Amino acid sequence: MKSSCYIPSGCSISAMMSESGKRIDGRAITKSIALMHDRSNGLGGGFAAYGIYPRYAEQYAFHMMFNSFEAKGVFENYLKDHFYIVHDEEIPTRPGAVYEEDTSGINIEYGMNPITESPVLWRYFVDVPGNRTQFVSESEYVFEKVMEINSKIEGAFVASSGKNMGIFKGLGYPEDIAAFYNLDEYKAYIWTAHGRFPTNTPGWWGGAHPFGLLDWSIVHNGEISSYGINKRYLEPFGYRMELKTDTEVVAYMFDLLVRRHNIPIKTAISALSAPFWKNIDKMPERERKIITAIRQVYGSALLNGPYSIVLGHSRGIVGFNDRIKLRPMTCARKDNMLYMSSEESAIREIEPNPDTVWSPKAGTPVIGELYEEVE
Amino acid sequence: MASIPPEFKVSIDSARCRKCGICVNNCSFGALEFGDDRVIPDDSKCVACYRCVSKCPDNAITITNYQWANRGNANWTPETTSNIQKQAEFGGILLSGMGNPRPHKIIWDHLLIDACQVTNPSIDPLREPMELRTYLGKKPDNLEFVENKEGEIELATELQPQVKLDVPVVFAAMSYGAVSLNAHKALAMAAKKSGTLMNTGEGGLHEDLYQYSDNIMVQVASGRFGVHNEYLNTCSMIEIKIGQGAKPGIGGHLPGEKVGEEISKTRMIPSGTDVLSPAPHHDIYSIEDLSQLIYALKEATNYEKPVGVKISAVHNVAAIASGVVRAGADVLTIDGYRGGSGASPMVIRDNVGIPIELALATVDQRLRDEGIRNRASILCAGSIRSSADIAKAVALGADAVVIGTAALIAMGCSVCQRCYTGNCAWGIATQKPELVKRLDPETAAQKLTNLLSGWSFELKEILGSLGVNSIESLRGNRERLRGYELDEKTLELLGIKSAGVGQ
Repeated sequence: MKSSCYIPSGCSISAMMSESGKRIDGRAITKSIALMHDRSNGLGGGFAAYGIYPRYAEQYAFHMMFNSFEAKGVFENYLKDHFYIVHDEEIPTRPGAVYEEDTSGINIEYGMNPITESPVLWRYFVDVPGNRTQFVSESEYVFEKVMEINSKIEGAFVASSGKNMGIFKGLGYPEDIAAFYNLDEYKAYIWTAHGRFPTNTPGWWGGAHPFGLLDWSIVHNGEISSYGINKRYLEPFGYRMELKTDTEVVAYMFDLLVRRHNIPIKTAISALSAPFWKNIDKMPERERKIITAIRQVYGSALLNGPYSIVLGHSRGIVGFNDRIKLRPMTCARKDNMLYMSSEESAIREIEPNPDTVWSPKAGTPVIGELYEEVE
Repeated sequence: MASIPPEFKVSIDSARCRKCGICVNNCSFGALEFGDDRVIPDDSKCVACYRCVSKCPDNAITITNYQWANRGNANWTPETTSNIQKQAEFGGILLSGMGNPRPHKIIWDHLLIDACQVTNPSIDPLREPMELRTYLGKKPDNLEFVENKEGEIELATELQPQVKLDVPVVFAAMSYGAVSLNAHKALAMAAKKSGTLMNTGEGGLHEDLYQYSDNIMVQVASGRFGVHNEYLNTCSMIEIKIGQGAKPGIGGHLPGEKVGEEISKTRMIPSGTDVLSPAPHHDIYSIEDLSQLIYALKEATNYEKPVGVKISAVHNVAAIASGVVRAGADVLTIDGYRGGSGASPMVIRDNVGIPIELALATVDQRLRDEGIRNRASILCAGSIRSSADIAKAVALGADAVVIGTAALIAMGCSVCQRCYTGNCAWGIATQKPELVKRLDPETAAQKLTNLLSGWSFELKEILGSLGVNSIESLRGNRERLRGYELDEKTLELLGIKSAGVGQ
């Protein structure tokens, strides 16, 4: 898990979801993010996939990264103390693999940066022992353990910890990460992807996107200029910012507002990417009361700075921009499919004839929801 | 006092002087007289308030520090020796006005603000909205919602009263008595124009100002002067004064000669009597007594107004603040050791208390560590001098700041530090009718409004350069501050990194 120096510029994100719950393999999302190769610099790429573990759908799937087998040993002792391990295995990878397909992008040379080194990558499917949830909910229990592992077990990082989902990420171009993890062999109803061009925070395996906690995953293009206060706001609630990047606060903010405070996702977005007071003052009373209270109470949760973000969770995806749209995001629909991406080209690369294509307004969330059961 | 040399020397350029007498009429300290067909200065009475200098049509007056022969003694300085001489003469407590003037390190000036480059674009406040709106009051930890019959969500949580500020600056507590009615009027008018609050101090509220109730914070202090039911309900919030930065642990004293008919009515005391505010509240000898007063005031105002508590920054301020918030305060004002005063014992002003920067940072962190930061807004007071100080205070964790001296300067004050004499030549800290009328409330209000408007523009520029468009993204965001020439411990207490350290 090497750290790298800071090199300035941007990022790419792409997401696709089958709202009818159809599972699709990882080739399409890889092709979409591969087209935006130039938006990343090889210092981080990753994917979140929902619906990939039907066999272990009821277990929490821990995707782990270890600096050493020693760290793995320490972690496993911890895990045995706190969970029932139903199954565990090495995450299958192909060191040295590269992306070999063509995209319609010109002047893009794929296959120059094979991923040869990686941390120890392992996944664990675990149950929460019934006697551990007398006083806390199951999700709260898992949350506490994830925070503890990331902050206390040296050299062990939880990449994802939700059910029937997983995050595959690392240091490299996203399309090479996909080849490294054999993503063509996984089928998911939601895929999100990220190509990273780290600037203000170091590039390393744990710091690549997506960020995950429980059911949540976040891909993010941009920078959270309000990070300092967002972090200080979250800390008293038990969140530990250990991953050296601003993006993790986004995942934790959703966890706090939606899971723990029970705020509807759309309302939570009005805290994170809040409407301006001049617009709030003109809203009808019911809405004005809600948003005014949200800004009064959750002012420290406001995410400020340039960003486009896609949040993934087991029931859907939510894409949204910063308050004045300082980062690009385009969306499209085709039948039951919803697409979101930094560039329209990356959607057309995998869906040449969408029914509708639009660029959502600043602060206006685009929401994809599962309306049928996963196949 | 012949043995005490004067502090200042007044020189009149006779070649320029047209002998109009304006300076003589304007000097409220009796330092200038006509005689022998010329203006004769009495250096020993001059306080360097510059009233005469600013009014002289000929620029004929120069005031300089009285130059002592330099005996080269850094220990027994002219100030130290003359203080001893004064006390040897009179045997009393040395008084002074305004805040601590000592040349201690000013931490604000060693804090540097971040700006965006490349990856996070800066924002142009002239093109994009930039928000300074701030609400003071207790906030719940979380909000709850219910679904109504139409399937829409509605707010289920009832919030405690919140006071809206359009600019995160309120005017400090300065009582009618310490300052003139015209000064109070100017502050109230400016607070209304700027969308903020003026604080009555502990001298009650003159009836002429009832019309500004939405922009008034009324104070309840140890003397309870001017406190009655209508007073408590003619405001948008209440403040209980426990301490003041310029004189922690010390009460107040308004001399009887200042107590004319209007002040007597407003304060509900006989005219001509000395007004003594006790050092402690005589019904508050512990934190539970404070809690009782907080809730008594809430009862009296039907829980419709936030009740704040003002404390001075003393060594254990973080723990005290935590207690005050747990006692039920909705707003906490912390006043640092440079905070101003109309009259304070010099020994207290110059030696008691700690810098506001450290107090603010440790209080904010303590409340966060205890998970109760939401329960009270923090007002930061004690020598806020510029919009940069405001931005730094907000970044350290303040919800808004309080300005006293800066507001007085905007109205004309020249910081001569003689507020306690009642001779203020600018009509601010005086009750003498001929001096009070020198301050035109309309003009002074406009100057105060201009100051807040100028600072607002500057704050918006700072936010824009930070790449954020709302003040809550700076509030408590210490990541955007760096310390320069500060020691490790100070940096640690401030919760900031040293300049030169990246993320």
